[in-house]
Parts: sequence; C-alpha cells; structure tokens
Amino acid sequence: MVGNDFSLWVYLARTPLLWLTVTLTAYVAADRIAAATGRHPLANPVLVAVVFVAVVLALTDTPYPTYFEGAQFVHFLLGPATVVLAFPLYERRATVKRALVPMLAALAAGSVATLVCVIVLARLFSIPQPILVSLAPKSVTSGVAMGIAATLGGDPTLTAILVILTGIIGAILVTPMMEALKISDMRARGFAAGLAAHGIGTARAFQVSEVAGTFAGIAMGLNAFVTAILAPLALHLFS
Amino acid sequence: MIASLALILLAQLCGEAIARGFGLPVPGPVIGMGLMFGFLLLRDSARSPLPRLLPPPLVDGTLETIAKGLLANLSLLFVPAGVGVVGRLDLLKTQGAKLAVILLVSTAVSLLTTVLVFRGVSALVDRRGRKDEG
Repeated sequence: MVGNDFSLWVYLARTPLLWLTVTLTAYVAADRIAAATGRHPLANPVLVAVVFVAVVLALTDTPYPTYFEGAQFVHFLLGPATVVLAFPLYERRATVKRALVPMLAALAAGSVATLVCVIVLARLFSIPQPILVSLAPKSVTSGVAMGIAATLGGDPTLTAILVILTGIIGAILVTPMMEALKISDMRARGFAAGLAAHGIGTARAFQVSEVAGTFAGIAMGLNAFVTAILAPLALHLFS
Repeated sequence: MIASLALILLAQLCGEAIARGFGLPVPGPVIGMGLMFGFLLLRDSARSPLPRLLPPPLVDGTLETIAKGLLANLSLLFVPAGVGVVGRLDLLKTQGAKLAVILLVSTAVSLLTTVLVFRGVSALVDRRGRKDEG
C-alpha cells in the first residue's frame, strides 16, 4: 500500500497537473477570503495564495523548480495580461487623453521621488552597493527591474524578490492611505498604485475600480520606461 | 476564443521582437499593449474594412470578454513568482530589517508623491481650462 501511494506521488509530482491545480485552488480560496472580507487590503489575494502554496510546498518537501514546472503556465499569462491592458485603455481613451498633463507630471515626480528615497535611505542605513543597485528599480515590473539590476551590476534574483515584496506592500498600503488622505479621484489613486507597485498594484486597482485599474496599467508601463533611463543616472549622482 | 488568444499572443510576439530587435528598455508585452491599442483603433475606425475581413470572434465582443477575464484575475498570475520569493527569503537575512524599512517607506513616499502631484496638476489644468472658457 505504501509503495502504491508512493508511485502515485511520483507520477503526480512529475506532471504539471498537480502544481497547476494547487496554484489555481490556492488562488480561488484566497480570492474567496478576500471577497468575504469585503476586499480588505490585508486579505491581498496574491499574499494569501502565496502563503497557501508555500505551506503545501514546505509540507511535501517540494523544491521550487518542481513547483514552477507546473505553475509556469500561469506565470506565462503575465505577458498576455499586459497586452490586454490595451482594452480598458482603449475604452477610456477620452478620459486618459484629458488626464495627459497630470499623468506626465505625476510620472516624473513619482519615479524621481522613489529612486531618490530608496538611494538616500540605503546610504543612511549603509546598505552595500550591490544590494543598493538591486534595490533601486524595485517599483518597476519584474522583467524590466531584473534587466536594470543586471546591467548595473546588481543581483537580479534579489531584485525580483524586492519587486514582488514592493508590489504586495503597495497593494496593501494604497487603499487605506488614499482613504486617510480623502482622495476620491480614481485616476490619481490608480496611477499611484501602478507607479509604486507595478502589476500587483494594478491588480489591486482593478479590484477597486476599472478607472483606477486603467490608470494603474498606464503608470506601470510608463514607469518601466522612465526608471530604466533614470536609475543609472540616479545611482551615478548619489554615489 | 482561439482567434482571440492568437491575436493577443501575436501582439506580444511582435512586441518582444521590437523590444529585442531595437534593444529598447521597455518590456515586449508593453509594446504589445501599444500594438493591440493600434489594432482596436484601426478595427473601429469608420471606413475600416477590417470588420468584414477579420474572423468574427475578433469583432463580436469575444476578444473583449477574454481580455476582461484575464484582467479580472490579474492577481493569480503573480502567485508563481511570489512563491519563489518565499524560498529565497534567506537572501534578505543579513539586511532584512533595514530592507523592510526601506521598502515600506519608499513605497509610501512613491504612492504619496504620485497621487499628490497628479491631483495638484489636474486641479491646475482644470482651473486654467475654466478660465479659457469663461
């Protein structure tokens, strides 16, 4: 009997089916929890689903690469999901066009403030240079951020971790912060979420309102471009 | 559904090709977003012959439904990468507390600066707009 169980496990562990199912199930459960709490910021579906999956991996002693072989199909969809951000953008193109000037001003101010804040704090805490370089592009969507870090001599893996953590922190902070500031302009709220917390902030913004999500998507795309240009400059100026 | 997926993947593929071909610092899928936007403009422009030539799913709203479905579950797509973070938290061990403070403070500063500048400039533009009209 034990042998039988084992061969079943060996079979399941080898196909993408098991880990794909675990990922989707964990997300469905996390999303139910988020919905039950009225989309409370702390019940962030990414965070909760990640914890669920991590617990399963720890209990079954499964290495991450084995898990990723199944989960990569979900991960792959990040690209297509970015492409389809064109749809809300197209639907609301009149609204977006009217907000062009505030958007560009907020983009410039936001990306510079983020870089300066990160570099000044890191210097204050005497963070070693390679870690600082990995930290600088942390508000940018992970693919671009890893590229920036690698070019400047940082550690792309560390950058990926910092990017994901920033996304989750931003997605949790944005709603309570905007409520406290009494800012009801969904364009501004969404744009801030996308700029500070890339795709995870954008996912949060879409939960709050479609206008916010649209502006978050734009901010995410623009900030990737601006930070790729500004990060080397800022690192040079402040070192 | 297949025609819609094919179109979305095609936009991404062209985006990747452009990004890599020209060495641009923009991710391929973001360029793909721009291409898809251009496609929608072309498809819906008044004298466009595209609606008659394209497969029906790209015109009848199927494409839009698939796009909405993907975006509604955007959070799911970050789970595999997020799980990877849990396994590598040891990388943060030496500087963990400092990095946590930096991430928290800088993300808050980032949100705050962006939203306040957006609102300030937006109010300024609105006021000028009203003055021009009046």
